[in-house]
Amino acid sequence: MKFSYYPGCTLKTKAKDLDLYGRKCLEKLGVDFEEIKEWQCCGAVYPVSRDEVATKLSAVRTLASAKAEDGKLLTLCSACHHVLKRVNDDMKNDANIRLKANNYLALEEAYEGETDVIHYLELLRDYVGFDKLKAAVVNPLKGQKIGAYYGCLLLRPSQTLAFDNPENPSIIEDFITAIGATPVKYAFRNECCGAYVSATNKEIAVKKSSKVMDSAKNAGAEKIVTACPLCMYNLTENGNSDVPVYYFTELLAEALGVKE
Amino acid sequence: MQKIGVFVCWCGSNIAATVDVKKVADVLRLEPGVVISENYQYMCSENGQALIRNAIKEHGLTGVVVCSCSPRMHEATFRKTCESAGLNPYMVEIANIREQCSWIHKDIEEATEKAIVLGRSAIAKLKLNAPLTAGESAVIKRALVIGGGIAGIQSALDIAEAGYEVDIVETSPTIGGNMAKLDKTFPTLDCAACILTPKMVDCAQNEKIDIMTFSEIESVKGFVGNFKVQIRRKARFVDEKKCTGCGVCMQKCPSKKGLNDFNMGLNKRPAIYIPFAQAIPNVAIIDPEQCLKLKNGKCGLCAMNCQVNAIDYTQKDEIIEREYGAIVVATGYKPISLENFNEFGYSSYPDVVTSLELERLMNAAGPTDGHLVRPSDHKEPKVITFIQCVGSRDTSGCGKPYCSKICCMYTAKHAMLIREKYPNTEVHVFYIDVRTPGKNYDEFFRRAVEQYGVDYIKGMVGKVYEENGKLMVQGSDLINNEQVVIPSDLVVLAAAIEPNPSVRNIATMVTASIDTNNFLTEAHAKLRPVESPTAGIFLSGVCQGPKDIPETVSQASACAAKVVGLLSKDKLKCNACVSHSDEMLCTGCSVCANVCPYGAITYVDKEFRIGGGKTETRRVASVNEAVCQGCGACTVACPSGAMDLKGFSNKQIMAEVDAICKR
Amino acid sequence: MEKKEQVELIKERSGTDVRKCMKCGKCSGRCPAYADMDIKPHQFVTYIEKGEIDKLLSSKSLYTCLSCFACVERCPRGVAPANVIEAVRQEVIRQQGGNKVPAETVPQMIDETIPQQLLVSMFRKLNK
Repeated sequence: MKFSYYPGCTLKTKAKDLDLYGRKCLEKLGVDFEEIKEWQCCGAVYPVSRDEVATKLSAVRTLASAKAEDGKLLTLCSACHHVLKRVNDDMKNDANIRLKANNYLALEEAYEGETDVIHYLELLRDYVGFDKLKAAVVNPLKGQKIGAYYGCLLLRPSQTLAFDNPENPSIIEDFITAIGATPVKYAFRNECCGAYVSATNKEIAVKKSSKVMDSAKNAGAEKIVTACPLCMYNLTENGNSDVPVYYFTELLAEALGVKE
Repeated sequence: MQKIGVFVCWCGSNIAATVDVKKVADVLRLEPGVVISENYQYMCSENGQALIRNAIKEHGLTGVVVCSCSPRMHEATFRKTCESAGLNPYMVEIANIREQCSWIHKDIEEATEKAIVLGRSAIAKLKLNAPLTAGESAVIKRALVIGGGIAGIQSALDIAEAGYEVDIVETSPTIGGNMAKLDKTFPTLDCAACILTPKMVDCAQNEKIDIMTFSEIESVKGFVGNFKVQIRRKARFVDEKKCTGCGVCMQKCPSKKGLNDFNMGLNKRPAIYIPFAQAIPNVAIIDPEQCLKLKNGKCGLCAMNCQVNAIDYTQKDEIIEREYGAIVVATGYKPISLENFNEFGYSSYPDVVTSLELERLMNAAGPTDGHLVRPSDHKEPKVITFIQCVGSRDTSGCGKPYCSKICCMYTAKHAMLIREKYPNTEVHVFYIDVRTPGKNYDEFFRRAVEQYGVDYIKGMVGKVYEENGKLMVQGSDLINNEQVVIPSDLVVLAAAIEPNPSVRNIATMVTASIDTNNFLTEAHAKLRPVESPTAGIFLSGVCQGPKDIPETVSQASACAAKVVGLLSKDKLKCNACVSHSDEMLCTGCSVCANVCPYGAITYVDKEFRIGGGKTETRRVASVNEAVCQGCGACTVACPSGAMDLKGFSNKQIMAEVDAICKR
Repeated sequence: MEKKEQVELIKERSGTDVRKCMKCGKCSGRCPAYADMDIKPHQFVTYIEKGEIDKLLSSKSLYTCLSCFACVERCPRGVAPANVIEAVRQEVIRQQGGNKVPAETVPQMIDETIPQQLLVSMFRKLNK
């Protein structure tokens, strides 16, 4: 089975580490993947309004490209995952959007939500398995106390995302355990960092990100991991904290011994 | 040729507002065989019934069609009416032009046309009706009560009081149910144990009552008046007859790490235990998952120390069979699992507890001897926040769509008791609505606010999180239009209640209907609230819908009255609409016997002439008419069309369909 | 456009049934941006239910809502307050001159750290 990998814009520019280490680890773990050819930006935010169709089309194109392969779309950025997963859900369950999107795109074969959208962490949990991942670790991050930061986009709305328990998630903690470190649970790990509002209202982003960072630090976290470039930006730029934030793939690469 | 009378009811405006009843009567009068067709405002009234009786006599009617409400409502009424005028009651057909017509249509023309079609269909069926006579069956004068909580206990006591024998079958090792776990009871605040345990003892001492705890219903066969029930008496590894409840075994047992279910898992108990001091029966039980002897053969301390040799490690489950005339379902409730409500931190923080756990934390016989302390550090909480409606009134799929009904009152009770006993404790209650209908109930709630100074906040909590050793309760205060954060020491969740999950299985066994929330359905929401639509099955307590103790006890007694009414009869009139087998068509395939829920079908070898002076012996189905309940499953299942139901024959049903399709 | 039609349009666009709200306030109890909102998440639902949108159209909350979907996730009645806020925001930014971020201000925003994702999100949310 081959996964169609969708990196997304930010992973080609400001979040190169997230992408680079992600690829290296997949290779190391023997996961067969290929970057989707000529992919387009997913749109960054899911268009919530029911009357928006045009803004979903690029996501549909990506989903249809993956369908043409093995139907497994692998995402890494939380925002891309959120958008693709929700648009896919619309294509499956919203006849109006499905009809209009297909009319517009006029694909060879109509797209009706057939692709599975799989986040990198889900791949580790459900396809590789945390047990196998643990066995592949050559450099366990022993003694490191790491806080998982989920944010919003991977978890909510859980009815569509179906990623993990939205109020008490554990997938990243399980990941941290698998790479040999000690997960630190803290209350604000599923709270918003301030998201795009930081561009127009920095004050809010500072409040939100600081709250997350304080919550993690007070719980004893020495590092934080995230899967989202925007969360990374807010937590580091607006979090007012000395606790470093990493992409989870970087720590994974370290544990698997593929970090340069 | 039959002489048929048609009687069209207005049901006041219920039917007449949407159906042109006069036109229906006029059109149906023209049907072949119809000799009289009338309409009247209330056909079920005394005058309406007189109209039917007179018509039968005057016109010598051989059959009657009443176009009215559902046969579930008044078929029995009109059958009686006709019987009193000398007509066989099975020569009456009801055309349901209310529930299935006037109530669901708006257009008069459309509804009138449909009413006429339904009337024609009833006439077509009636033409094929034959007079039927119902047989009789004996009533076994013993009742079964499934569930030994307050509902089951009250029903059993009342049935026994009337002089009938009654068995209580309870899955846990003691009777008493959820009520035994409660501390005080609203609205009078008497102690639950003080009012419940005497009733439990009454049950144990009443010679008409047989209590079977740690037992489950295995199967139910039969029908009203004649149920055959298999009961699994699960192995408790202690001889119930020998054990004196001295408790020495509990002290000697070295394996003390089992979670104490009775205390909601808040403390530990030994592998051999008596659930609580006033348990009935006061007999020990061994948890085989925890017992060292049963797990790896090493130990045996309890047996060595038992003075009366009651311990029996070889005990096996035993299945007994008993017969009953009536069955009471009193399976009760449990609080829902809170896994979908992690925003309240139940699975993350030990000091977030459910209301039932709080009952144990406040109960003198509980894990803290009635001293209210936090589970985490055993310190007295100074600020306690209650959250109501956790999982109730939830249509998102996470919880239950209904109101659990008891939470507003018990939360007010908890708040009041805490403020009474620990006046320096601050108590907050987040509520969506406070629902306290009932005698002295709203007064009770207001006392919590006015006399005890409990802080009621209108709004819901969005998140509970820990910060600096406090549980931060973040929620809405909708009256002040603020988001508040209350640093608390203890958080109490009023979890929704749901029917005991075992009720689904039991409902299937007794063929009682159940709704989407697993509550048992009553025969009539208003007029037959304690009976299941299945004859002989009665409903007691929360298995029928959320209710508090006073309401449960009232319903349990009402249920007992219905049971007694049934058991007081020597004979029951059977259903006349039973199935029968056409032996010439029957191939002896056994399909009908396999689908029959009542065990009414047996097979006999019978000799048949096949011409030329020869005979052959064939195996054919034979229906025990006293047992058959006329459900019709066999007629549907029979591959050769040999099975037919009297009063609902295939021909009759086809005639109805033809009449509907004919234009 | 008639106000009534405008309200219906917003309801439709939100894809949520505001009548299902039972006024528990859990959305506002959960909202992380509550302190920065003049009109609170539960009020968006009730104002739309009553057909009152004037206050909503000029509300500061349209630009402080983080779209974190916590309210959507937790509503016990399956109502989606964030979708209502989004529907109102669309109503504002789709008007002539409704864009909130002037294009000429963008170059100043760009620095070494700011991710593309943030800029695209901002445009998608605040401009048409």
